[in-house]
Amino acid sequence: MEGALACRFIVDKIAASDTLRLNGGAGHGRPDRQFTGRCNVKVPVEITINGKSYSGEVEARQLLVHFIREEVGLTGTKVGCDTSQCGSCTVKLDGAATKACTVLTVQASGSEVTTIEGLADGSDLHPLQEAFWNKHGLQCGFCTPGMIIAADELLRKNPSPSRSEIRHGLEGNICRCTGYQNIVLAVEDAARSMGGA
Amino acid sequence: MFPAQTEYHRPNSVTEAVDLLASNEGAKVLAGGHSLIPLMKLRLVAPTVLVDIGRIEALKGIEATDGGLSIGALTTQATIAASDLVNERAPLLAEAAGMVGDPAVRNRGTIGGNISHSDPASDLPAVLTALGATLKVTGKGGDRSVGASDFATGLLENILGEDEILTSVSVSSIPSGAGSAYVKFAHPASRYAVIGVAAIVGVSDGRCSSASVVVGGVETTPTRASSVESALLGSDLSDEALDKAAAAVAGDFQGDAMSDIFASAEYRQAVAAVYVRRALAAAVSRAG
Ligand SMILES: Cc1cc2nc3c(=O)[nH]c(=O)nc-3n(C[C@H](O)[C@H](O)[C@H](O)COP(=O)(O)OP(=O)(O)OC[C@H]3O[C@@H](n4cnc5c(N)ncnc54)[C@H](O)[C@@H]3O)c2cc1C
Ligand code: FES
Ligand code: FES
Repeated sequence: MEGALACRFIVDKIAASDTLRLNGGAGHGRPDRQFTGRCNVKVPVEITINGKSYSGEVEARQLLVHFIREEVGLTGTKVGCDTSQCGSCTVKLDGAATKACTVLTVQASGSEVTTIEGLADGSDLHPLQEAFWNKHGLQCGFCTPGMIIAADELLRKNPSPSRSEIRHGLEGNICRCTGYQNIVLAVEDAARSMGGA
Repeated sequence: MFPAQTEYHRPNSVTEAVDLLASNEGAKVLAGGHSLIPLMKLRLVAPTVLVDIGRIEALKGIEATDGGLSIGALTTQATIAASDLVNERAPLLAEAAGMVGDPAVRNRGTIGGNISHSDPASDLPAVLTALGATLKVTGKGGDRSVGASDFATGLLENILGEDEILTSVSVSSIPSGAGSAYVKFAHPASRYAVIGVAAIVGVSDGRCSSASVVVGGVETTPTRASSVESALLGSDLSDEALDKAAAAVAGDFQGDAMSDIFASAEYRQAVAAVYVRRALAAAVSRAG
């Protein structure tokens, strides 16, 4: 339940207050008591995903990961924790690795998104995909799309990372299967084949 | 998990954003969304209207000022961590920004959101208090400036009015010859700070000539460690002097240390002394 919340006492404080004045701004009513009036507030969006433009109307509250998976039908991007911790929903948003479960679709309107499906060049796998395959960097594969997007950003910023730098760069991505060792080896391998050390 | 229904606006200027806040009851600023959206998903908060300031270019960027830096509220933690200017003039701010969450969080999370959220487990408020930063706020009534130490008033509470936006943060460069450090005991799962200590130590002729030490994570707002600072001033900064100064932090907590399932109040205070000691050692080693 705490998920991305810093501490238990935040949950307690909010739960205990009828209307919380969150950090000075306007009062935050408890939704069940005060905000039943607004429903189905739709907003227009236009987002480029893997080079293709998608437009339509979505609820303002919709999360980008749901737009990608459910409206566009690209299911490579996963929802693991849904609390901003695991990184399995990581996509590139205007070039930066981003947890798509923690961004509203409408925030991304006007932006370019790249998902795991957009990384390969036709039937040629991206060097990171190739390396995860060769080094057995996955077991169930659930974390892999997010891992690869995060690793891609890491290698763009640091083309020849040390093993410790790789682990650090993938801090926001959780894998429940591999124990990370082969993921680190795969990223190292990809760095080599992409021209880094 | 879906947030509750909400309306969305994306203003192009601070004036427009302030107008939207003033005219919509229950409206809330949305910056990087990395504190607000998790709370909305848990339905712990439900703003009626979101005012997304995320595309207001005037709020982004880092500029050199006479003797320091000015940082736009929308500047991301990743940009701050990587900035040469910040690394040169306020290195502990870059260090702390680079320790926030993980790379994807730092790509979205902003300095303004980190401060405005007033979460005691956040990293930047303690650092900005140690640096004596000035925060610029704009609202219907015009602009005002607030010292970082006067900003937060409690757990998730601060002096921002309902129509106010934090627009920029100004910090002075650390004194020449001073060393600085931010050290953090990160919660093993969330990476938030259980304890974070910011220290800036000036050294002249082998003695401590200035000291600014602030502890985050123990009380609801950052704690200035005045006892530590006075113990340091004039000392020879030997290991014994640093031990003594760090132990003095016990006297700086006002008796309302926080407690949760991960760390009790006693534990936080005990660990704070250890992290103050580490911060002092790191700052002193970088001085000169
Ligand atoms: C998995 C995870 C781990 C994290 N780990 C850490 C960590 O280790 N250390 C840490 O310090 N933080 C951590 N964070 C929080 C992160 O740094 C947030 O990005 C930051 O606290 C809020 O910035 P934001 O831009 O995302 O703000 P938002 O979430 O958009 O806003 C936060 C609050 O501030 C208000 N607000 C935002 N900007 C302004 C402004 N300019 N003027 C007025 N009000 C404003 C909003 O209305 C809202 O109430 C973590 C977050 C996640 C999801
Ligand atoms: S599903 Fe987004 S971080 Fe886990
Ligand atoms: S391969 Fe199963 S979670 Fe990583």
